[in-house]
Amino acid sequence: MRKELLKYGMQTLTKNILDRMYASMLRIRMFEEKIVELYPEQEMKCPVHLCIGQEAIAAGVCLNLKKDDYVFSNHRGHGHCLAKGSPMRPLFAEFYGKATGCSKGKGGSMHLVDAERGILGTSAIVGGGIPMGVGASLASMLKNEERVTAIFFGDGAYDEGAFYESFNFASLKKLPVVFVCENNFYATNSHQSARQPGCRISDTAAAFDAHGVCVDGNDVIAVYKAARDSVSRAARGGGPSLIEAKTYRWKGHVGPEADFDKGSRPKEELDYWVERCPVKAFRAFLLEKNVTTPKEMDEVASAIKAEIDDAVSFARASPYPEAKELLEDLYI
Amino acid sequence: MGKITIVQAINMALSEEMQRDTNVVIIGEDVGKDGGVFRVTEGLQEKFGPERVVDTPLSELGIIGSAIGMAAYGIKPVVEIQFMGFIYAGLEQIFSHASRLRSRSRGRFSAPIVVRTPYGIGIKPPELHSESAEALFCHMPGVKVVVPSTPYNAKGLLKSAIRDSDPVIFLEPSRLYRSIKAEVPEDDYTVPLGKAEVYQEGKEITVVAWGTMLHRAAEAAEGFDCEIIDLMTLKPLDEEAILKSVRKTGRLVVVHEASKSGGLGAEISALVAEEAVEYLKAPILRVAGPEAVIPMARLEDYYMPGKERIRKAYEKVMLY
Ligand SMILES: Cc1ncc(C[n+]2csc(CCOP(=O)(O)OP(=O)(O)O)c2C)c(N)n1
Ligand SMILES: [Mg+2]
Repeated sequence: MRKELLKYGMQTLTKNILDRMYASMLRIRMFEEKIVELYPEQEMKCPVHLCIGQEAIAAGVCLNLKKDDYVFSNHRGHGHCLAKGSPMRPLFAEFYGKATGCSKGKGGSMHLVDAERGILGTSAIVGGGIPMGVGASLASMLKNEERVTAIFFGDGAYDEGAFYESFNFASLKKLPVVFVCENNFYATNSHQSARQPGCRISDTAAAFDAHGVCVDGNDVIAVYKAARDSVSRAARGGGPSLIEAKTYRWKGHVGPEADFDKGSRPKEELDYWVERCPVKAFRAFLLEKNVTTPKEMDEVASAIKAEIDDAVSFARASPYPEAKELLEDLYI
Repeated sequence: MGKITIVQAINMALSEEMQRDTNVVIIGEDVGKDGGVFRVTEGLQEKFGPERVVDTPLSELGIIGSAIGMAAYGIKPVVEIQFMGFIYAGLEQIFSHASRLRSRSRGRFSAPIVVRTPYGIGIKPPELHSESAEALFCHMPGVKVVVPSTPYNAKGLLKSAIRDSDPVIFLEPSRLYRSIKAEVPEDDYTVPLGKAEVYQEGKEITVVAWGTMLHRAAEAAEGFDCEIIDLMTLKPLDEEAILKSVRKTGRLVVVHEASKSGGLGAEISALVAEEAVEYLKAPILRVAGPEAVIPMARLEDYYMPGKERIRKAYEKVMLY
């Protein structure tokens, strides 16, 4: 088996890592699909931005991060948290607006936080997390702590001035930060080509004298390798990287439904990308290369299912925040 | 024409103004083909073309700043920002430039932009999708701030805002967008900026409110003799309308959704304290949002001033 892997140029990709990639992607997929299933009950009173179809990016990047490395996320952040290792209970509880949620039931799906795992607070402001991520990486450098920060953002956030100011600063100071642009070609319903003349996001890095790379965001190994390279570069003092990972979101911009029937995007485009499902493709790869057996995969799936069921029951059974909590946590 | 919503009334105003004046241009994220998050600009790109209904990148600072330059040149840009919480990225351009061009050019030109944005709690997401930060803009010399409350005044006020020679922040209460319908004349009319309106006449309590809270304040008024003033333009304040009413009733309650400290209620209270204190029979009361970040839907009702809280204030000034 080891030989097989070698043959495919994956010297350092052990079965352990490959299995974790699969488990991480599947965990995100099944989590999001559970939301799709439960959302129509109207018990989750917050808008949800799902990342079905984009799982390989969060999984491939976060497998290169340590628990105390930082992650800055955005409105489409479930996958980032899960891949960073966040447990499901506080996430589901948050969607249900419960006091046990990661944001005490006051923030909802766009305001996820997991301080223990370096997720310092997410907002709905597109691009808003980018400068903060740069700040965290500057702080880690000032304190001589060996932490790397990963900032996830979309092709839409790339439009915002916050990106350029932040990237410039990060490169100037050679900060230990990795910019991960999840390019799913759309910001709401607006195509990348309607917003950006060149559509070459990763090329931007060159102008800032930093490392840029464009990868197939549905290929978890490609993402993993690009991130591994960027994370180690960051850790060695080589400065920031800009990873552009091309992918596609299967659902509408917000909510559990697909959107092509509303005329937002062509159905053929979705079909093309569903054909290239990151989870399915990687599963086939693992089976074909005899890395993982179907039985092992089933076990992974049932463990995830158990985790989801537990988290949903927990969320449902949890109390709502009390009125007085509205006034809490403003400042002390 | 039947009854229409505020969304439709604003669309109508935009359409009529674009028809009337080819300099009027709409600019913003997804305003064209998509018709905007709330479909306020629906159909306008088809009617007027992509040169006059301009879809932009995601770039609030760039959009607002570009509009200022266009306006100084002689175009009449109407900017749409998707939610009030997203305007903050563009504040620099509004505060440092739009508000000052008239002064900076010593009166020779200005930046007559209109920035439209949904405002206040309305569609249930927390935080930045539900902001009511009107006081920020009221504090800034050089910008006007307008909040409609009905389909009729939405159309008339927006037309005035577009025709105005200075920057106007036009805050559209998202809760009212589709919740009230009314007949709106199809002809060209305007509702003047800087003028409040007596929404309901009364003798014992002056109630000042705007937008969503105007309707709450009115619902709560049953059994009280309230004179309810719909401010409509928050800056410049129609001081005379407020003072005139307070001189008659001797009592003032201001109702707003934004948090109390530093809110516009403080300005209105101070105005009355300075100019009409001798008429007051009771302390001035403010019913306002708490100092808190707007929470998820479940806690929203605790946040928003509700009928009961407003009634308590009416009772209190009456019993004083
Ligand atoms: C500053 C700001 N402007 C606009 C919005 C409204 N909005 C929310 S998500 C979004 C699209 C973001 O696109 P992208 O960054 O590509 O992320 P994706 O949704 O594709 O994951 C927009 C316009 C916002 N939340 N914040
Ligand atoms: Mg996108």
